[in-house]
Amino acid sequence: MMPVWLDDFLWTYQNVVYALGINGLLALSMYVVLAVGQLSLGQAAFMGMGAYASALLTLKLHLPFAVVLPAATIPPVLFALAIGTPTLRLSGVYLAIATIGLGEVLRAVYLNVDALGGALGISGIPERAGMVSIYGLLIAALAILWLVARSGIGRAMEAMREDEIAAAVMGVNVQRYRLGALLASAVLAGAAGALSAHVSSFIGPNEYGFEPAVTILSYALLGGISSPFAPVAGAWILTLLPEALRGFADLRLVFNGLIIVVVVLFLPNGLLPLRMRRWVK
Amino acid sequence: MSLLEITALTVRFAGLVAVDAVDLTVDAGSIHALIGPNGAGKTTTFNLITGLIAPTSGTIRLDGVDITALPAFRRAGFGMARSFQNIRIFAGLTVLENVLTGLHAGLTSNLLDVVLRLPGFRRQERDAVARARAALEIVGLAARADDAATALAYGDQRRLEIARAIVARPRLLLLDEPAAGMNPAETEALAALVRRIRDAGTTVLLVEHDMGFVMGIADRVTVLNFGRRIADGAPAAVRRDPAVITAYLGAKVAARLEAAG
Amino acid sequence: MLAQQLINGVLLGSTYALFALGFTLMFGVLKVVNLTYGFYFSAGAFFALHMTKQWGWPIWAALPAAALASGVVAVVLDWLLLTRLRRINAPELASLMVTLGAVLALYAGMTTWLGPDIRRLPAGVLGGEALVLGDLRITEAQILILLATVILVGGLLALMRLTPIGLALRAMAEKPDAAGLMGIDTAKLAALVSLVCGGLAGAGGVLIGLNFNAIQPYMGEAMMLRGFVVIIIGGLGDVKGALIAGLLLGVVETLTAGYIDSGLKEAVAFVMLVAVLWTRPAGLFGRAHIQRA
Repeated sequence: MMPVWLDDFLWTYQNVVYALGINGLLALSMYVVLAVGQLSLGQAAFMGMGAYASALLTLKLHLPFAVVLPAATIPPVLFALAIGTPTLRLSGVYLAIATIGLGEVLRAVYLNVDALGGALGISGIPERAGMVSIYGLLIAALAILWLVARSGIGRAMEAMREDEIAAAVMGVNVQRYRLGALLASAVLAGAAGALSAHVSSFIGPNEYGFEPAVTILSYALLGGISSPFAPVAGAWILTLLPEALRGFADLRLVFNGLIIVVVVLFLPNGLLPLRMRRWVK
Repeated sequence: MSLLEITALTVRFAGLVAVDAVDLTVDAGSIHALIGPNGAGKTTTFNLITGLIAPTSGTIRLDGVDITALPAFRRAGFGMARSFQNIRIFAGLTVLENVLTGLHAGLTSNLLDVVLRLPGFRRQERDAVARARAALEIVGLAARADDAATALAYGDQRRLEIARAIVARPRLLLLDEPAAGMNPAETEALAALVRRIRDAGTTVLLVEHDMGFVMGIADRVTVLNFGRRIADGAPAAVRRDPAVITAYLGAKVAARLEAAG
Repeated sequence: MLAQQLINGVLLGSTYALFALGFTLMFGVLKVVNLTYGFYFSAGAFFALHMTKQWGWPIWAALPAAALASGVVAVVLDWLLLTRLRRINAPELASLMVTLGAVLALYAGMTTWLGPDIRRLPAGVLGGEALVLGDLRITEAQILILLATVILVGGLLALMRLTPIGLALRAMAEKPDAAGLMGIDTAKLAALVSLVCGGLAGAGGVLIGLNFNAIQPYMGEAMMLRGFVVIIIGGLGDVKGALIAGLLLGVVETLTAGYIDSGLKEAVAFVMLVAVLWTRPAGLFGRAHIQRA
């Protein structure tokens, strides 16, 4: 069915291709939040919750993956509700601060609770996810977000992002959109976590903390948020680029951090000038 | 018949009483002006009416319904719209898209409709675009519909804000200093526009500093000073009211004018 | 035993308070959420490490020197990252993001350069002596922490309340534009605030490094969570709130570790944070930025 060269290519670079898909989902989970003018840094933590929840559901309850994947998004969504609801009426700084620490807090929990594997993490997770589930979800998410962007909801989101007061006077329920975006981000990141857990057979407590949280932000800032495709492009660039720098894991982080600094100070629209075509009827 | 009825509206910010027990009644189908020296509390009153600030006490009734506790974003659905003192158009959207945001309260498509592009959603979008174009026609910006909003000159941006405010055919339109920065010709055109809007069935409450504009267009004028209402009535009467003259020009001038007869 | 736990808690809490103080001051006066603050903490510890290990300095010399060095680093970073944003009156989230990116780059850079291993201050930098009062035991390190905290906090409060510079700072905190118009050199004062706050963080880093005898590049990051909790509970920008909340957190954390489970210390801070957000987001003394959109 597939040409031989493609088959060989995929087999060799499988992990990278998986990573592109999963990081794309993570970039989208940051996109939805930024698109309504919020800053949440909980995506890595939500991913971790999804990963651990899915691993336990598969290994302890032996549920089929089709059930595990959506079920794994429930803990992140609950946490998003717990943190998001009280901060709805507060300035954006509160949500950002509350979510920064979440990953580290959970790291301590994962390390100290035996049922979650402690420092050794959880291993032996069967490979239940693959190209189809990862890219299927990524494409579906892109399609949905793209369709939403080109509608009254998308206009409301962009209005909110620019001027919350004016948007509210136009009738936009700013708080509902903020909470909705946060929950969507929890679903996307949680799903990314579940998928990632089921393509790499092992997950550990140190993979979902501060560094990945900031890295996910760098995806969205690099690509910009002019359309849902932009942050995914940012994620792909930042995922592929350091493949050349493999072995210099910390330098990669330095690079991601510097990207954020440069973008915020000098390139507020992101590096890539992808603009969504304005629709005209 | 009164459309907007404000009773004893008061708001206090950490010791400063910005609006002090103000009563205001706007009759349906009229053009009502709210004037007063700088800092009198006019824009604060607007912010109270549109729900951006919560009053310390008092009530606001729209068409008999008490909306005092209604959150800002719900008031659009109740038939209230406004323009802002410092233009607040959405820079990232086109002219047409800006006007479309004014219809947000009436767009009832939910997420499912949008994603599946159901016929109901498509019809709503088509209608919305048609209504937006009509609103642009009324303010004279129809030709610029697909331009970036930021490409418009200042005066045109003001008109864009008005188009965005009237597109949903509000019962009450609040205009905050619509004539600011306009030359006499533009002001004349604006007056004509406001009259057209009133004739189409929208009641207008406006804040303005341009006295010529106000006196020429308003059916009724309310004057605020230091947060309190000091005069209310027909333009000619208000203009001669000694309290008003004192507020604007000082007591000495008022006395001299009084002496001169 | 309870009294001992309380003492430990208060001492731990005072380092939290010290840490949060600088952070909240930066927010109050400079109107920025400066996440590189955590880096100054780590930097201070590493400076002190170098000074005591390579140069053989005693701790009472290394502490202020390391704090000063951190302060200088803070001035430089603030100038590089934040002056532009301050000039264009950028929203708080912009400074948050810039400093977030910068701090990741800094931590990762430090790790690349120095390695991630946990280091310890040289043995004997502090005697193992402890003050014993009945059942209570206070180590030399803890005494140093207490003294340093009292001096630094006292000094800061004196600066703020009793000096003309302090008055200028409070003016800047309240009305930055007016302060500029009154002839206050806001740029110079901003540098001063960075120096002082960086110094406070650096001092905190040395003290925590002493208290737990562990120094590693990302240690500032762990403190930041405590810092956030403290400034939110105390109220954003409020100095006395930071003090009280810091002590409170230290005590609650220590008691939890002692009586329930030491692994859940982080969770304690976070639970307190969420609880405050739900019940009283303005904190003990602050005025929360509540919107009504």
